[in-house]
Amino acid sequence: MTADTTTRRVGVEPTAPDDTAPPTRKRRGDGRSALFYLAPSALVLVGVMGYPLYQLVQLSLYDYGQAQASGGAPLEFLGWGNYATLLGDGRFWTVLVQTCAFAGVCVLGSLAVGIGLAVLAGRVRTLPRMLLFLAALGAWATPAVAGSTVWLFLFDQDFGLVNEVLVGIGLHGFEGFSWTYDRYVAFGLVAGEVIWCSFPFVLVTMYAGIKAIPGEVLEAASLDGASTWRTAREVIMPMLRPLLVIATIQSIIWDFKIFTQIYVMTDGGGIAGQNLVLNVYAYQEAFAGSNYGLGSAIGVVMTILLLIITAIYLRAQRATGERT
Amino acid sequence: MSIPATRLPRRFLRRPGRTLAEITTVLVAAAVAFPLYWMVLTAFKPRGQIQSSDPRPWTSTPTLENFRQVFTADDFGRYFLNSVVVATAVVLLSLLVSFLAAVALTRFRFRGRTVLLVMILIAQMVPVEALTIPLFFLMRSVGSAVPQFGLNHLGSLVLVHLAFSLPFAIWMLRGFVAAVPEELEEAATLDGAGRVRFTWQVLFPLVAPGLVAMSVLSFIHAWNDFLFAKTFIISATQNQTLPLAILTFFKPTGNDWGAIMAGSTLMTIPVLVFFVLVQRHLISGIAGAVKG
Repeated sequence: MTADTTTRRVGVEPTAPDDTAPPTRKRRGDGRSALFYLAPSALVLVGVMGYPLYQLVQLSLYDYGQAQASGGAPLEFLGWGNYATLLGDGRFWTVLVQTCAFAGVCVLGSLAVGIGLAVLAGRVRTLPRMLLFLAALGAWATPAVAGSTVWLFLFDQDFGLVNEVLVGIGLHGFEGFSWTYDRYVAFGLVAGEVIWCSFPFVLVTMYAGIKAIPGEVLEAASLDGASTWRTAREVIMPMLRPLLVIATIQSIIWDFKIFTQIYVMTDGGGIAGQNLVLNVYAYQEAFAGSNYGLGSAIGVVMTILLLIITAIYLRAQRATGERT
Repeated sequence: MSIPATRLPRRFLRRPGRTLAEITTVLVAAAVAFPLYWMVLTAFKPRGQIQSSDPRPWTSTPTLENFRQVFTADDFGRYFLNSVVVATAVVLLSLLVSFLAAVALTRFRFRGRTVLLVMILIAQMVPVEALTIPLFFLMRSVGSAVPQFGLNHLGSLVLVHLAFSLPFAIWMLRGFVAAVPEELEEAATLDGAGRVRFTWQVLFPLVAPGLVAMSVLSFIHAWNDFLFAKTFIISATQNQTLPLAILTFFKPTGNDWGAIMAGSTLMTIPVLVFFVLVQRHLISGIAGAVKG
């Protein structure tokens, strides 16, 4: 096997030291050793990721229900049938819009809180800043299930602290108020939990960005007589933009495929499925409704949407990589 | 954690609002930490104080009652152990498998290397949650051949989390392996060490920091998983993991909040410890990925 020395640029990540280094040695038997070293990874990745991905697409083209799953009925090829069903189903569109709106609120919320606190953290002394970062780290580290349960308990109808406090300050409407009964209130509660555990990522990223701005640049701006507002808009913002793009798209990817929080906090998608998002919808169609074909079609739609977002992300990352 | 002093010029610092900013910061920190405080506090509260319509943010009579309840009445120890087994197996296997792949991808020159690298990059972007349905059927077929890796067994969870952690682990370790100078290998060869010996006795210890960071991330992913545990472990309750065990305390007759909070506390502590251990890598990893 000959060494591959012509196409060594991967392109996506600007730091690929080995790819840019001159090929110092070519050893005999590299190909065979590589095969041996790579075999375990390849086996697992092809078997547990590649093949299921292929199967997901395949399942989505069949009528695959309980009978087919247990082998009692022959498979019926539907082609685009499941997708046609989805597109003609009002419920699917409701869930799709809900998913986008919910993810949008979570992303904007995390960004607003994260950036606001990053700016704040840049203006205070070490001790308060450390307290803030420790608290944020705690929220970030909390497993989704644990975070969901404690938020549910805080907002519990009968024993929750929040209702107690609200009634205590004179809002008697909150006596026995259920935070999971109304569709939008329930979504708001889940969004609160999601923002709580995802803003720390934005905070840490943006704070690192603010910290990396050299003091001299800001001094130069102030010597040139730029106002604080102008400095923020024309000096700080352009320097933070690459990080902001990454934080935004990363948050979109996370929040778009939320499963645990919705499932735990609204008990599987809310009353009569009013709080379903795509991921939970696919799960319920498949495992509660035994409609595996349709569930797979939803999975394919979700994957394609996410791939589009990721493609935009990579382009943005590449563009920033070229600029810096 | 050490956060170096800000490098903003003094004009920004000496603004009169700083005291206000600091008070706000501390209040926000308290608010962010409050749910965690409430979780731990409730776990240590006596039952009477939890199921009360007059909850108080402190207790003068802490008790282990809730922990005793989850461990004795509900076999929580078993579920905890299951979670530990799955996460540990995922960490050890992904450590070994991804290290080998990372070495091959950085140290060996062979045809198709670039294609493989791009494929690993793409694999990181697959939304694994969408694969639940085909994976369910895959594990069902695997189970009919090797029951230990099929539905209702912990092996199925190890398999999927191993696969999901590999692309990122390989990608991350690649950077660490590439940072070890090639001259070191030449020196080792001159000293008579073969490639295998060099890989395990020189390279492996040198990339240890990368291995630690990667292990912690795989651990957290496997430990936190709810979706796959729920999908794969259907009827074998003795093979449940922590997230599902916690949910069993939600009952139509009334949620056992003391047990839920005790269970959630037990689930959170290991992650919190690991997070503090690797927070440096988390932060520098993000910054490094951006600055290149």
